[in-house]
Amino acid sequence: MNYALFLGCTVPVRGMNYELSARKVAERLGIKLIDINEFSCCGFPMKAVDYETAMLMSARNLALAEKEGLNIVVLCSACGSTLTEINKHLKEDEELREFVNKKLDINYNGTIDVKHFSRVLYEEIGIQRIKDFIIEPLKGFKFAPHYGCHYLKPSEAFEHFDNPEDPVSLHKLIEVTGAEAIDYTTLKNCCGGGILGIEENVALRMSGKKWKELVNMGIDGLISHCPFCSVMYEGNQKKIEKIENIEIGIPVFYYPQILGLALGIGANELGFDLNRIKPKNFLEKLEGLKEKV
Amino acid sequence: MLTFEKLSPSFRFEVASTPGGEYITKCFACGTCTLSCPVREIDERYNPRRIIHMVLLGMKEEVLKSDFIWLCTACYTCSERCPQGVGITDLMNALKNIAVKEGYVHPSYIEQMKALINNDALYEISELENKKREKIGLPVIKKTKDVLKGIMDKTGITKILKS
Repeated sequence: MNYALFLGCTVPVRGMNYELSARKVAERLGIKLIDINEFSCCGFPMKAVDYETAMLMSARNLALAEKEGLNIVVLCSACGSTLTEINKHLKEDEELREFVNKKLDINYNGTIDVKHFSRVLYEEIGIQRIKDFIIEPLKGFKFAPHYGCHYLKPSEAFEHFDNPEDPVSLHKLIEVTGAEAIDYTTLKNCCGGGILGIEENVALRMSGKKWKELVNMGIDGLISHCPFCSVMYEGNQKKIEKIENIEIGIPVFYYPQILGLALGIGANELGFDLNRIKPKNFLEKLEGLKEKV
Repeated sequence: MLTFEKLSPSFRFEVASTPGGEYITKCFACGTCTLSCPVREIDERYNPRRIIHMVLLGMKEEVLKSDFIWLCTACYTCSERCPQGVGITDLMNALKNIAVKEGYVHPSYIEQMKALINNDALYEISELENKKREKIGLPVIKKTKDVLKGIMDKTGITKILKS
């Protein structure tokens, strides 16, 4: 199973623990990730400024992967949403395809697909097969999944592979590690990251809503699979504590970090030292679990 | 106060002919978008139903000059729930695109564009970052140069940086 790995802008700089753990997990599960150095920004930041520019940026990336005969896998949900949506337009509209091909002097035929890493795990590998790879189940751990918006929406672009109003895929991916995935009322809340640069205070209060609920639920961590959601819930956690006048101190993990542990990959190989909220208690609990076994 | 002279009745058609704004006239003002909106829950300035209604009335200047059109986080909750398929998230982008053409662009987007032009990405991958990457076993990234500037020159959007 080969995929072109689309890192986007944020992951390779601010989410190295995500990238590292995803690469390790992929290797363990037999997914070959191929780097294409010529990839640029997906186009998402330009959608608000000029849709045509955003579309051309996406199309160029899509064409680079198609040239290598590869489907794209993304780690960032905003990259995933933008590339998937524009790919759908280009696949369905021959005239539009001709327009971008001419404008960029490329030859994109619309033959490839774009998928989020979690979706590849959920759909292509499948929960049952992942189960066969689990060596060290995370028994006794409790996590809150955070789906984020662009992993599932706009749903028509994602062929409704999971229901954005009642999503299950990340719950199942967490449960297969042996941990508990909780349900909670602010499960589907937006992190607010889209307007962090516009109205920081509003963005932080949006993230704060989720933390205000989760802070008393006894979880070992929030599970994210988007670098921008992590910037909000983890990188900005101290600011949220100030604004909401609460103490949080709950680590935020990227999903492949906890899957990696359950697959038997060492914690030192999964980038836990790069997590901003230091998961000291979590790692101690993990050690305790191993000693019991 | 709303006066007839100040309205632009054709504004709705301008929006409807902009990518993302195609379905604006289907809105029957049920308010599902506003009730679903996570931004509106916190900041009353942002109210999608109100914005759509202002466009349909032709309040062009008030909409394009406003702060509130920039407050959408693009979470797509309203788009998923809209019974009329107005596609409100894309519509908000269409309004922002028109605002940009009319000379109103939020400064944070100017900064993002400059970063994209300089790095072909939002963030620079400096030598320091690459050293950090190498140390933990990640491949060194060699970014392209001037690819995005080339695209932006083609669409002509770089001109907004000059004014």
